[in-house]
Amino acid sequence: MSHQPDRIQSPLGRARALGSAHDGVHHWLIERATAVLAVPLTFWLVWSVTRMPGWTYTDITVWLAQPLNAILMILSVIVMFTHAALGVQVILEDYVHCEASKLASLLTLKFLFFAGAVACIFAILKIALAG
Amino acid sequence: MAQSAKPSDRPLSPHLQVYRWQLTMTMSILHRISGAALAVGLAVIVWILMAAAIGPAAWETFTAVAGSLAGRVALFGWSVALYYHLFNGIRHLFWDCGKLFEIRNAYLAGYLVWLATGLMTLATWWGIAT
Repeated sequence: MSHQPDRIQSPLGRARALGSAHDGVHHWLIERATAVLAVPLTFWLVWSVTRMPGWTYTDITVWLAQPLNAILMILSVIVMFTHAALGVQVILEDYVHCEASKLASLLTLKFLFFAGAVACIFAILKIALAG
Repeated sequence: MAQSAKPSDRPLSPHLQVYRWQLTMTMSILHRISGAALAVGLAVIVWILMAAAIGPAAWETFTAVAGSLAGRVALFGWSVALYYHLFNGIRHLFWDCGKLFEIRNAYLAGYLVWLATGLMTLATWWGIAT
């Protein structure tokens, strides 16, 4: 791009803070890394659901109180909430074109995913550490 | 297009309505739709875990809703969306590695995704029922 002589600002100065700044690849990579991790965790979770003896309060709390189940469940929550937050971010960036509503919806959803993950992890730890 | 938009001489890229229907385009949009549905489904994960943490009464409320007809239909839809997004996601990971780009293989993998989704959904509900 040619440098406009009527502006004092350098091309770099004009480009700064206007676009991608190194972390686009990071988003792409974390989306894939969490996808790969989600594959075995999903199979474990679905297999566990089919193997549950029943769906009473005792069944679920005894299951979650097992250390391995609690650890894998916390990992699943982290992986799936991260993957979902990144995926929803792409959907919003594709369809919401007004900068103000894009920023507002992104911040709201990111906070909701973060809060949801915190609630899940707290719930798992409460059951696992009480049992 | 909005009337207020300034007419432009620049060429427009072809949009959805000019394309013949293809399996690949349907699977692409279903991947996004199932992903969005699963993101909403995470709210149910929060509900399940919080209900178990709060106590027996909260847990009873969850199992009553999940056991209702609407609850069962929603859970079945959840399992289909989960398996579809999982297997189609694996198809995407192959593409990310530069594999399966040939039209024949992209379709073959697409049909495999549907097959795996159907079989695993049935196997899961059979596993829950027995």
